[in-house]
Amino acid sequence: MASDLTLILPEILLAVYAMLALVLAVYTRKDEVASTLLWVTVALFIAMAAWIGLVRDGSAAAFGGMFIDDAFSRFAKVTVLLSAAAVLLISEGYMAKRGILRFEYPVLVVLAVVGMMMMVSSGDLIALYMGLELQSLALYVIAALRRDSVKSTEAGLKYFVLGALSSGLLLYGASLVYGYSGTTLFSGIITTAKSGEGSIGLLFGLVFLMAGFGFKVSAVPFHMWTPDVYEGAPAPVTAFFATAPKVAAMALFARVMHDAFGGVVKDWQQIVALLSVCSMFLGAVAAIGQTNIKRLMAFSSIAHMGYALMGLAAGTAFGVQAMLIYMAIYVTMNVGTFAFILMMQRDGQVITDIGALNNYASYQPGRAMAMLVLMFSLAGVPPMLGFFGKLYVLRAAYDAGLVWLAIAGVIASVIGAYYYLRIVYYMYFGDTDGDRLDDSRSRVLSGVLMASAVVMVIGIANMFGIEGAAASAAAELVQ
Amino acid sequence: MIGLEHYLTVAAALFVIGIFGLFLNRKNIIILLMSIELMLLAVNINLVAFSSFLGDLVGQVFTLFVLTVAAAEAAIGLAILVCFFRNRGTIAVEDVNVMKG
Repeated sequence: MASDLTLILPEILLAVYAMLALVLAVYTRKDEVASTLLWVTVALFIAMAAWIGLVRDGSAAAFGGMFIDDAFSRFAKVTVLLSAAAVLLISEGYMAKRGILRFEYPVLVVLAVVGMMMMVSSGDLIALYMGLELQSLALYVIAALRRDSVKSTEAGLKYFVLGALSSGLLLYGASLVYGYSGTTLFSGIITTAKSGEGSIGLLFGLVFLMAGFGFKVSAVPFHMWTPDVYEGAPAPVTAFFATAPKVAAMALFARVMHDAFGGVVKDWQQIVALLSVCSMFLGAVAAIGQTNIKRLMAFSSIAHMGYALMGLAAGTAFGVQAMLIYMAIYVTMNVGTFAFILMMQRDGQVITDIGALNNYASYQPGRAMAMLVLMFSLAGVPPMLGFFGKLYVLRAAYDAGLVWLAIAGVIASVIGAYYYLRIVYYMYFGDTDGDRLDDSRSRVLSGVLMASAVVMVIGIANMFGIEGAAASAAAELVQ
Repeated sequence: MIGLEHYLTVAAALFVIGIFGLFLNRKNIIILLMSIELMLLAVNINLVAFSSFLGDLVGQVFTLFVLTVAAAEAAIGLAILVCFFRNRGTIAVEDVNVMKG
């Protein structure tokens, strides 16, 4: 029992911290402590990530197999914690300026992160569901964080209704899987799945589970909430939606597919491949007509989820490794891009129209260059890190015999390059007349933007060692 | 004799009614919340039926968790709905259209 608690200690500490912070803020000066609370949370996230990533090791299960602590869950947790910390970091100035920096925001982010950590560590359908709901319920609320805005509350409402639908589908799948395998533990389900008993019921359950995961990672055809929620939610919240929850949901997807259905790869490979190819193409094509940069990033994230799913569709350890590397790179690129989006304003008003970027390079050459690097990286243009992420998943798909999927990925990537390059075009060759954007003096935002761009360039040397970490994580997941 | 398949049929019917309520309903967001609740309750019937027929308690434990989460979910849904109503002055489904996606 004591060793069980040791394994789950990071989650317990974060949950206790969230509740203490909530009580503290309510009984003191409420929103005045929001800024302090946010910085403490950032520090805590970074400390947790260092602790989980550098100190903890080994592979063990707690609570009768319900909670799994292995290299895979630690990789996902470190990515989630660091991206959440980065997003909180870039949120502070923007939210304080607009009066939406409430103390609930860091508290809800912590609760969502605890949910994500539970998700990636789950070894059981009940633990999976509880982690997923803890994450989702916190996210519904922060989507509607700007209570006095029609757009933000509408985003919250849409996210809630479709999120609840996806939870319902996932739960129905979980009930069928439980019924036809007789257990909720992944280790028990995989035994039944391999032996082939009750296979039709189990297959039904699997499909419902995958539909639920498809919603959470916003894969086509379960993506329809993404553009509206991204557009309506306040920009820092959108940045959060585009990073940490995606990593957690993708890791959970891989966890269930390999831990619970690892012996029957053939049963789910084609479905994941279909989700992947649809996401890549829809993300690439639908973004072309967008002029709102937040909507554009929504379609961009749909396309990127398609590439990450390509790694999962391979069904091999290398595929999972490629997926993890892809997600880590994706998150880094997105944090930088959203730091740029948070800087876009004119006379203090938020601007989301990409036409406003006209001629940006002439008065902000440094930031325009950083954004160029990030856009090239998102598009997958060779010298940048984003290209190597794509190369990994394409190779994984090719090695697994899914040649058609790899070819589709390349074609979709070429189509998708259009809208990333259009942003670069506006910045460098746009009309010279028209008003300039404000010169944001936020050191944090420009620092994060520059750091993210620099990572995209120098990361190609050795990827900061995440290759090895992802390889050992994938090796522990796929047996 | 009522067997497992009868329970599963009822649960599947309720689940499908819930999904249809979500997609075909053009009137009121409260009905969406009711549809979501119906889906979760259908799952509960499934879980209890399986639990009883397998002679395994885990399914009933799962049901208790689902009930708790469903209550929290309804509370959050209603809270968001109240905020939306304050801004928009209506809770008709067709008026949730400021952003078209």
